[in-house]
Amino acid sequence: MSASLHVALVRLAAWLAIILLGVPVAAGLAGVIAPAFGWLPALGGHEPTLEHWQALTRRPGLAGMVALSYASGLASAALALAIVALFIGVFLHSRWFGAVQRLLSPLLAVPHAAAAIGLAFLLSPSGLVSRWLSPWASGWQFPPNYLFPGDPYGLALILGLTLKEVPFLLLMSLAALPQCRARERMRVARALGYRPLAGFLKAVMPGLYPLLRLPLYAVIAFASSTVDVALILGPSTPPPLAVAVMRWLNDPDLAMRFMASAGALLQFAVTLTALASWWLLERLVARALRDWPGDGRRRFGERVGALLGGGAIGLVVVLVLASLAGLILWSLAAYWPFPEAWPQPLTPRNWLRGAGGFVDPLAQAALIGGVATLIALVLVTGALEAETFRHRPPRAGVQWLLYLPLLVPSVAFLFGLVLMQTQAGLTPGLAAVIGGHAIFVLPYVFLSLAESYRRLDPRWTQLARSLGASPAGVFWRVRLPLLTTPLLTAAAVGFAVSIGQYLPTLLLGAGRISTITTEAVTLASGGDRRLTAVYALLQLLLPALGFALALGLPRLLLRRRAGLLSRP
Amino acid sequence: MNPREITMPSSDSLILDAVRIALDGRSLLALDLAVAPGEIVTVMGPSGVGKSTLLDYVAGFLPTAFSASGAVRLGELELTALPAEARHVGLLFQDPLLFPHLSVAGNLAFGMRAGGNRRERRRRIDAALDEVGLGGYAERDPATLSGGQKARVALLRVLLSRPRAMLLDEPFSKLDATRRDELRRLVFAQVRERRLPTLMVTHDAADAQAAGGRVIELDLPSDAG
Repeated sequence: MSASLHVALVRLAAWLAIILLGVPVAAGLAGVIAPAFGWLPALGGHEPTLEHWQALTRRPGLAGMVALSYASGLASAALALAIVALFIGVFLHSRWFGAVQRLLSPLLAVPHAAAAIGLAFLLSPSGLVSRWLSPWASGWQFPPNYLFPGDPYGLALILGLTLKEVPFLLLMSLAALPQCRARERMRVARALGYRPLAGFLKAVMPGLYPLLRLPLYAVIAFASSTVDVALILGPSTPPPLAVAVMRWLNDPDLAMRFMASAGALLQFAVTLTALASWWLLERLVARALRDWPGDGRRRFGERVGALLGGGAIGLVVVLVLASLAGLILWSLAAYWPFPEAWPQPLTPRNWLRGAGGFVDPLAQAALIGGVATLIALVLVTGALEAETFRHRPPRAGVQWLLYLPLLVPSVAFLFGLVLMQTQAGLTPGLAAVIGGHAIFVLPYVFLSLAESYRRLDPRWTQLARSLGASPAGVFWRVRLPLLTTPLLTAAAVGFAVSIGQYLPTLLLGAGRISTITTEAVTLASGGDRRLTAVYALLQLLLPALGFALALGLPRLLLRRRAGLLSRP
Repeated sequence: MNPREITMPSSDSLILDAVRIALDGRSLLALDLAVAPGEIVTVMGPSGVGKSTLLDYVAGFLPTAFSASGAVRLGELELTALPAEARHVGLLFQDPLLFPHLSVAGNLAFGMRAGGNRRERRRRIDAALDEVGLGGYAERDPATLSGGQKARVALLRVLLSRPRAMLLDEPFSKLDATRRDELRRLVFAQVRERRLPTLMVTHDAADAQAAGGRVIELDLPSDAG
């Protein structure tokens, strides 16, 4: 390949990545603005009007919906951050750190819906925990009468979101810790007499937090606008705003789509308000604590912190493992009356009964995930390779662009894209769904791969060039092979993200394309726990296979190239 | 206040009692040593001989891959079982490692023991800065300081924490020749004035000469090839 062609292709990939991240979000948002104010000729809206906003404000319970979305977004993010900070502060230097890290990392691959279903089955009145406590401890002969999931305050929703956000923030922290020289900072602090938690909060956290800011914003944006988790764990009357918007835009009455557009814009505003509130809180905390690191106190609730941090992270691990156990039990249960702790007999019948229905959605999910991941991987590799052309660090804007699809509520911009599709007379289908998945897969693939790509020792390139390799040769024959393991890991991450997607499949496929995830969410709202458990487990199966391949393939193919395996 | 936090002027020796450190069962180094108050003992030897590991061990940072036997004491006080933060052993690293999120004064306040109101703490910081020729630098961003200035701030930060012994991990190796000389004099004068038993690890024979104390040569274990 000639050098100029290589450069042109790499630049093209980088530009396509930027376009894929930026254009659909911007266009989608624009696409809901016009209908919200009455303009959508395809559905007979020809002149601007505020009537749809008035209709929206007349909806019963709107204030409750907004409050739920806002509060669950902020509360779950704050909880997750507190748990992660306490845990790192207390355990960074203990051997538990590695163990918990290994336990929590795979949780990132668990689709949101599967985690939510598992939690619902665990803590509901007739769930596993209540069975294990009955009747010997609780005295319950019948399922007790409390509302979970779906309590009116959204506590179940907040708990479910927190469980998924803790592993995400923890992994982002692990990547950020070396960047802010956490170990050196901690050594200095401890050599000066600081206990671990005080040292972490005063010396490391101020450097770590700025690196966690964008991931936190993404967490808040997701939590304040989630649809699938809220459908499973959230209250239903009123539901969180995003769920209500989904209902309106699926209303058979097409005229409802105008109000749904207004609702989607309102969701955007709610998420922005939640983000702005967090930002304000950040400032206030930073200001209040300005002199705190210098007050000379060497301890900060070390014992309470250790108890809270260890307890909370332990609870997260236990809840997730117990959820998984519950799913497995339910999927194998035949007759399982209430206080029994164990279903008898165990049967494969639910799996056989489901087999007729789940093969197609599984294949569909694998196909969509595979293609979307491939697209993302090509574009991300191109974008990272393009960075090597310029010999300076990437600008801060790149980071924001990367997070754009994670910061704008997907219900808002995806719905705009659907309306544009309608207006343009395009038929929704597989291509649109794959494209939609790629938007969400790309940021995660980038985040997963960027560190390894940028950290690759530049002397490899210099060496290869001095031996006569062209830039294209260096890329194909040196850089990509050296990065085999990180590339495969990034692919597995991307695939897992795609499998977990609910909204893009539903909206861009116009309900005609069903994956294992859309089916699982639909089943979860019905009453068939056994079949729901089967689907939730299958949802876990695909990402697990992806990671098994990503970790196993290099070991198999590269067993005579051990130097490539030990590479980070 | 925690009684452990109250410190008398140091008059205790730093004692390494039959210390043996091994990695994967392979013996790395063995040392028996008493460093008197105000004495500076230099540890020299080729790379990989475990000089930094020795300091890690004394300071309480020994990575779990290593195993160690023997004991570290400060006078009568047994340090071996104490966590790093309870040992009151000051560490000066190769890099100054000033916290980038704090000003120069903030870094020094971080090192200072708790107690005293804000104005009083600030007065002590200004006095300390004056003493090393950095008067008026309190509000500066550490990133704007020169290498020699950073090293002096790092030294003050350790001294303000009132350590009872000092460990120097090649603290002058990243400075140019003139700065190195200046800082060496400053550090040695300070540890002698405070009568701190001091252990210095270095590659540089000039460091050992300037310290003027005992020099311990560590050798690679013979089976390491």
